[in-house]
Amino acid sequence: MERIIKSTVLRELLRPLGQIVAFVLGTGVILSILMFLISLIANKSAASLALIERNGIDLFTYTLINLPQVLVDGMALGFVYAAIALGYTMVYGVLEFINFAHSEIFAMGAFIGVELLLALNAAEKLSNITVATAFGWLFVAILAGMAASGITAVLIERIAYRPLRGAERLVPLISAIGVSFFLQDAIRLTESLTSGQFHRIFPTFGNFDERVSVLSFNVASTQMILDIPIKSLVVIVVAILMLVGLNYLVNATKLGKAIRSVAQDRNTASLMGINVNFVISMTFLIGGSLGGAAGVLYALKFTRIDPFVGFMPGIKAFTAAVLGGIGNLTGALLGGIVLGMVENFAGAYLGVFTMGNFGVEYKDLISFLILILVLIFRPSGLLGEQVSQKA
Amino acid sequence: MSLLELENIHTYYGHIHALKGISLTVDEGEIVTLIGGNGAGKSTTLRTISGLVRARHGSVKLSGHEITKMPPHQIVMSGVGHVPEGRGIFPRLTVQENLEMGAYTINNPAEVKRRMEEVFTLFPRLKERIYQKGGTLSGGEQQMLATARGLMLKPKILLMDEPSMGLAPVLVDAIFDIIKKLNAEGSTILLVEQNALMALKVAARAYVLETGRIVLSGTAKEVAANPDVKKAYLGG
Repeated sequence: MERIIKSTVLRELLRPLGQIVAFVLGTGVILSILMFLISLIANKSAASLALIERNGIDLFTYTLINLPQVLVDGMALGFVYAAIALGYTMVYGVLEFINFAHSEIFAMGAFIGVELLLALNAAEKLSNITVATAFGWLFVAILAGMAASGITAVLIERIAYRPLRGAERLVPLISAIGVSFFLQDAIRLTESLTSGQFHRIFPTFGNFDERVSVLSFNVASTQMILDIPIKSLVVIVVAILMLVGLNYLVNATKLGKAIRSVAQDRNTASLMGINVNFVISMTFLIGGSLGGAAGVLYALKFTRIDPFVGFMPGIKAFTAAVLGGIGNLTGALLGGIVLGMVENFAGAYLGVFTMGNFGVEYKDLISFLILILVLIFRPSGLLGEQVSQKA
Repeated sequence: MSLLELENIHTYYGHIHALKGISLTVDEGEIVTLIGGNGAGKSTTLRTISGLVRARHGSVKLSGHEITKMPPHQIVMSGVGHVPEGRGIFPRLTVQENLEMGAYTINNPAEVKRRMEEVFTLFPRLKERIYQKGGTLSGGEQQMLATARGLMLKPKILLMDEPSMGLAPVLVDAIFDIIKKLNAEGSTILLVEQNALMALKVAARAYVLETGRIVLSGTAKEVAANPDVKKAYLGG
């Protein structure tokens, strides 16, 4: 690589893009093939017969028709997980500890972004606007979420983690869990005081709820239509931009080099004249703002947020980070994509394949099954290096 | 006035009293060596100078200016280079990136490039390995890289912690040749070594440490001639 593409800028922009495409295609193809095999095997089963009776199609056709949608939604979810997972993994990289408050940093971004849009909506700034303006406001909301989460993350580190840096490894972990509860209740208190309710709804504006038809074709007399909600596209595009941007920042800038040195050897980094505390703050700022942007994107995609909104995505993203190899940025990307895809496949097909006995509500079970399996059989993750036990 | 001056330094690791009143000086252009057994406090002395551990009492002065309470990155910027024990190579950064980190506080890329070329004249082997990851280098190459990296900021004084550790004898000779060469070009070096024989050959003066105290000091020749030192560190 080094020799082929001389320009660092180009190389560091192309490499993450290539990785994203490879991971998405790889995961998508493997899961699709797996799904087809299962549906072929189960095509004569009671589940299939029930489906024919109800919808007039067999399991295989059902799988095929839904596949494009499942893939696209899985991708969107996967990128959200990846963006959150990067926050966990970056902090783990420099401090070797899991920032369990990251899920609330994510929630903070979601709330600030949504509250900003709700305020704009109340001021009637969001009605009768052009598509471009709508995108503009969404962009502003994402930036606000990033700023809020980034600053929150930096403050958390300064107040709750830095004073404990020399302590046993369990101590900052407990502190992180405490911060997590504190932030949850802080959001809840603020919301109940200001709006009298705990949950907020992402306002409807612009054309984000419309769907665009990407393609439609016939397979064996079944018409297949792939239409994607615009908001899923927005999530995917924004997430890709952020992931590429982060990769560039970490691999091609001086700050990124400083972050990597601090991650590899904190003492030696300080002997290079690097202000280690500053670099750690910057790591929290970057990881936090990625989480905040993910929060706004999550709110856009799933509409309803409450103070506990961070818990599930947070712990899933943690799973993704562990799956990819904690501390490894590429691993977080891969882990997020794999987990998002798997979860969406499970959500879409579990119910039908088990005749509703084991429905979409069990999709989380699949994610945590993955976490447990990874921890048992490959604790270093898919792309992680063998790490010595440091507990 | 000495370039580096330690006065009555006491350092603790938790409850362990690691340095019990170390006082030493290094003059400009000198090689001074600290010798002593394991746990004598040699590395701790260097780590205290560069601020990685804090002295509880005493003062460290560089060119007469107090640096005792500065954070490590500021001590580096005021002119103390430290090649740490175990070399401290960033294993997943390339040789080039490792050297760039050595010049982290220089904001002019052209100047960084120029200095890199300068250290390459001293360590031509590193130039051949420029795109290789630090972790894939041999022990000798890593020591060269660590030393080169320590020189990138043109420090007033270079602290070297066990540069010969874990190296084959022929490489030990090469490293000490480089130390002599650096000194001939005007570098001031404070050298910590287990290999007392070699260290006393290149150094002008020496301090002998035992359990956190300086038990003997003088010119390298005097120290080498001391019967106790001969018995304990020079194998006879």
